[in-house]
Amino acid sequence: MNVHAAVTDDVLDLYRELILDHARSPRHFGRLANATHKARGINPLCGDKICVYLCIDDNARIEAISFDGSGCAISVASASLLTDAIIGLSADRAETIFSAVTERLTDGGKGQPGNIDVELDRPLEKIRALDGVREFPSRVKCATLAWHALRSALRQDAQPATTE
Amino acid sequence: MSHAQRQPAVAAVDWRKDFPILNQSVNGQPLVYLDSAASAQQPASVIDAVARYQREDHANVHRGVHTLSHRATDAYEGARDKIREFINAANRSEIVLTSGTTESINLVAQSFCRPRIASGDKILITHLEHHANIVPWQLVCEQTGAELVVAPIDDHGQLELETLRSMMTKDVFLLAVGHVSNALGTVNPVKDIIAHAKQCGIPVLVDGAQGVPHMPVDVQDLDCDFYAFSGHKMFGPTGTGVLYGRETLLDSMPPYQGGGDMILEVSFESTIYNELPYKFEAGTPNISGVVGLGAAIDYLQSVGMQRIAAYEADLHQYMLLKLGQVDDIHLIGTAVNKASVQSFLLGDIHSHDLGTILDHQGVAIRTGHHCAMPVMTRFGISGTARASLAFYNNTDDVDRLVAALEKARQVFK
Ligand SMILES: Cc1ncc(COP(=O)(O)O)c(C=O)c1O
Repeated sequence: MNVHAAVTDDVLDLYRELILDHARSPRHFGRLANATHKARGINPLCGDKICVYLCIDDNARIEAISFDGSGCAISVASASLLTDAIIGLSADRAETIFSAVTERLTDGGKGQPGNIDVELDRPLEKIRALDGVREFPSRVKCATLAWHALRSALRQDAQPATTE
Repeated sequence: MSHAQRQPAVAAVDWRKDFPILNQSVNGQPLVYLDSAASAQQPASVIDAVARYQREDHANVHRGVHTLSHRATDAYEGARDKIREFINAANRSEIVLTSGTTESINLVAQSFCRPRIASGDKILITHLEHHANIVPWQLVCEQTGAELVVAPIDDHGQLELETLRSMMTKDVFLLAVGHVSNALGTVNPVKDIIAHAKQCGIPVLVDGAQGVPHMPVDVQDLDCDFYAFSGHKMFGPTGTGVLYGRETLLDSMPPYQGGGDMILEVSFESTIYNELPYKFEAGTPNISGVVGLGAAIDYLQSVGMQRIAAYEADLHQYMLLKLGQVDDIHLIGTAVNKASVQSFLLGDIHSHDLGTILDHQGVAIRTGHHCAMPVMTRFGISGTARASLAFYNNTDDVDRLVAALEKARQVFK
């Protein structure tokens, strides 16, 4: 046995079952033909590209959502989890969740987990599966890419979102 | 495991001990550094030479009558002489010191091409190039109306030489070709390519960023017009680089940047430029870095480039053998003639995920597009994992890589 080849718990935590499942079978994958809002997210460092499509109805409710693009397991799983979490919510609520998730995954979130957990109430708890990236600073941007694209789509930004 | 598999023919001298950074643990495991193609590590002799220069000799170069300025100038110009000898340039005036390969290539694009290339002319490159040997030519094409044309590669990542030759037409102003591909490790037959270009009257720039660290380079033997490379890929400091240029060509080119050091006499009416190579070295240079580059060359000469090439060839064979035994691995870049660089994919695992899992076992590889997006596009992929070896790597490093890949397969099973 090679003693040097142990995979740490951190890695197993990062690539937990739920993440691998969403990476391999992403939910709401593809273009939304009748999208009212859409935006691309690009991670210039690694070339990951995610496009988020929204269909927002007259009551500012996100009635449909999808994404396409290519990226690593973390960015695809994160996008997939995002679509599950956001569908059916109001645009305002989606903005709030964007802030909660990005704060949670970046250093800022570590200081005030109590606050943020309030935002991640029961229907959203799967997003916690992304928490593993907090131990991997170089991968946080993969996890937040789709979320930045979501916010750009909500705000109808002309420029693609980047995680920079 | 058989004896023949384990033992490379060229015995490994313990060069590793000369590189202090390699003696550390990363994420709880002894570091295995397999990313020298991105930036090579520095031997203690380079680190010490830079520190000694900073402690004892530093002043500005070419400007003072005082002792330190003399010492700094001697150290800086001494490094230029070492570089000249290292690549066997005919004259020290042909060694322009730059910040790296990127600047060297931009210098040629702007000072050699831009003033004389005409709309309708072509700049010929290949599909293997690093962005640094693509974008500067695109810029000059935009500025002048010239056209960028690209010679194709085959499925092994080798240049299609027949096609390349057929593309060397009268309207080609310059051929810019990499010596060794950073993404795939392909060693191009630059000497033959240059010989053919000469027959067609086409000047040639060689991007040698990945050539110089792996093999002896003789610019006169190659008969190239320009040869560009970076200090940090050849075990020297970052922010240093070289443009070798044939003297007659450099002489005929206008300066790249204006400033101090590149002039003989300045008045508001006119300025007389300094002689070669100073005409192309405006402003205070990276003196300590260049001193370090000189020390890197001393170190490489003491090891011997032939010996490095032979050792790395064996180690590369060993790596190919071991990688070939990993299930679900797909090697990208299978040219006959290769430097010790191997790109690969493992099953359907994205290269960034692979990079993270390997890093957590102390194994540093490069992942992504390697600043060669067109190469990736050619293979219909967005990126690869890449292991690049230097002479400070050994068979244990390769074994650790393979064990780490097996673990990655388990995580993603
Ligand atoms: C083949 C090749 N050309 C050019 C460059 C650019 O070198 P630098 O970034 O040191 O200017 C590199 C470095 O990655 C390279 O591998």
